[in-house]
Amino acid sequence: MKKLINLSLVIIGLTTTAFLGGRYIEQAQGTSGADVFHLYNWGDYIDSDLIEQFEEETGYRVVYETFDSNEAMYTKVQQGGTGYDLAIPSEYMIERMIEEDLVVELEHSRIEGLEHIDPDFLDLNFDPGNRYSIPYFWGTLGIAYNEDLLEGFEPESWEDLYRPELADSILMIDGAREVIGIGLQTLGYSLNSRDSSELQQAADQLTELSPNIKALVADEIKMYMIQEEAAIAVTYSGEAADMMWENESIVYILPEEGSNLWFDNMVIPHTVQNEEAAYAFINFMLDPEIAAQNADYIGYSTPNQTAMDYLPEETVEDEQFYPSQDMMDNLEVYEDLGLEYTGIYNDLFLEFKMIK
Amino acid sequence: MTRQRKLLSIPYYLWIVLFVVFPVLLLLVQSFRGLDGSFTLTNIQTYFTSQVYLTMTMQSFLYAFLITVLTLAISYPAAYFLTQTKHKQLWLLILILPTWMNILLKAYAFIGILSQTGFVNQLLDNIGIGAQPLLFTRLSFLIVATYIEIPFMLLPVFNAIDEIDGSMVLASRDLGANEWQTFRSVIFPMSLSGVRSGIQAVFIPSLSLFMLTRLIAGNRVITLGTAIEQNFLVTQNWGMGSTMGIILILIMFAVMYVTRKRRKGVPGR
Repeated sequence: MKKLINLSLVIIGLTTTAFLGGRYIEQAQGTSGADVFHLYNWGDYIDSDLIEQFEEETGYRVVYETFDSNEAMYTKVQQGGTGYDLAIPSEYMIERMIEEDLVVELEHSRIEGLEHIDPDFLDLNFDPGNRYSIPYFWGTLGIAYNEDLLEGFEPESWEDLYRPELADSILMIDGAREVIGIGLQTLGYSLNSRDSSELQQAADQLTELSPNIKALVADEIKMYMIQEEAAIAVTYSGEAADMMWENESIVYILPEEGSNLWFDNMVIPHTVQNEEAAYAFINFMLDPEIAAQNADYIGYSTPNQTAMDYLPEETVEDEQFYPSQDMMDNLEVYEDLGLEYTGIYNDLFLEFKMIK
Repeated sequence: MTRQRKLLSIPYYLWIVLFVVFPVLLLLVQSFRGLDGSFTLTNIQTYFTSQVYLTMTMQSFLYAFLITVLTLAISYPAAYFLTQTKHKQLWLLILILPTWMNILLKAYAFIGILSQTGFVNQLLDNIGIGAQPLLFTRLSFLIVATYIEIPFMLLPVFNAIDEIDGSMVLASRDLGANEWQTFRSVIFPMSLSGVRSGIQAVFIPSLSLFMLTRLIAGNRVITLGTAIEQNFLVTQNWGMGSTMGIILILIMFAVMYVTRKRRKGVPGR
């Protein structure tokens, strides 16, 4: 017993020393002072070399924290108690955060480099005039498949996913809007449908897709596709780019019926403590060379048209990642559905998960 | 003396009020909140009229039941034979060792074992059966959940059997009972208290194993935990999430009641 107490005391002593030492070093470097910049971003969504470069150029210390869903990010920012200076949510969440006053209006005089952004990505419905947000990346939802495993069959549409020979072979992204959206688009309806009969039809339609679903997962899809655990996945373009990098048999396509087009923009949440640093980061990211390096690393599509010149030609010309205008017209952006319909979508999604 | 005792018990009462009673009350109040924050009974009504939620509750119950039965079926004989071995404390330690590891790590390890190119499938491939889809099936979910819950069943059952006075067994043999009769009428009834705590420790957490349903079963098995997580994090319908939390608590009380220690029918002490 005495030994146990002694051992515990030693462990507590060591960790306390380490903790206090760490605090001391942090203070010496100014982590908790005015020179700290708290960035709240998706996991693995920035080239870490760029964080170092930003620190060197500006002298700020970056504290990088990550979230895995817009909703989780929203909850943390809304509840306060956090000191995030900059966050990178998606469009429908930005719309909601603007409505609820959770983001700070941008002073455009402090932003340099907005002219590099393709006008197609500015002044969109969710934030007219970009009063609150600056584009970071954009992408699509599509089908990634393994040519070798499918043996000649090449899916081209959502409809193709229903084929009986694909039983138990699709990895589906674990998101209510994505999955219900597939049902809606197979039937030719809008991704933002607020019509209960359309939604019910979509849910019925998805019942037939259920036997083909192997699993509903999120970030793990990338790993499973690379390891050839499944032949098909419904996933985001950047995730697919990573898979293709690791496994050459994987192809990414945008389905014929159309799909979801999304934007992740930089916003300054109301929790901001270091506005100066937030603007410095926005300007840093708008720099075409930086944006190109980041896009090359992450694999999502950059909204920075000047940056395209710095990217490899094969990337920029790849229609699956930088679709032609025709294909773009076919894509649809999520709107904030409001709490009631978010609930309905999620209940239908739960119901879908329970089939089998 | 009594005064001192009262003073000493204050921290414990405070603890219970702050971390048990108060959160449950909050949950209860929250469960009467609608989406707009008003006071309403709709959540309970939705729950009991929704085919989805009721089926989900049934499924959770069924899986929790299967997991409990499986863990008991494996742990009871294991615990019994453990008590007969020479270095029983050592063996017990080895069997309990996995609980020292984080559950997430164990789940990820199972992904490696069960995946298409994993250990089990390589083995199946080598003996000529060919690779089978194992990951994301109900079977793999049951296997992994059972594996994770076994120590929580093993420990109380082992302690209960170990505490049985050896002279009882000797007396039973003396009176002419054979080994099976001794086990059935002496050892088993006296170990029931351990079985009861084991069931309580396994059944209730099994009702809401949402992480395993996602990692191992790929969301093809849905339990109440999945729905609670979704209601809190995605739908932001905290009222509905709390209602389900309350229902889980009620089920927990029901399980405690059913497995409570009865005065009658337990021979021995």
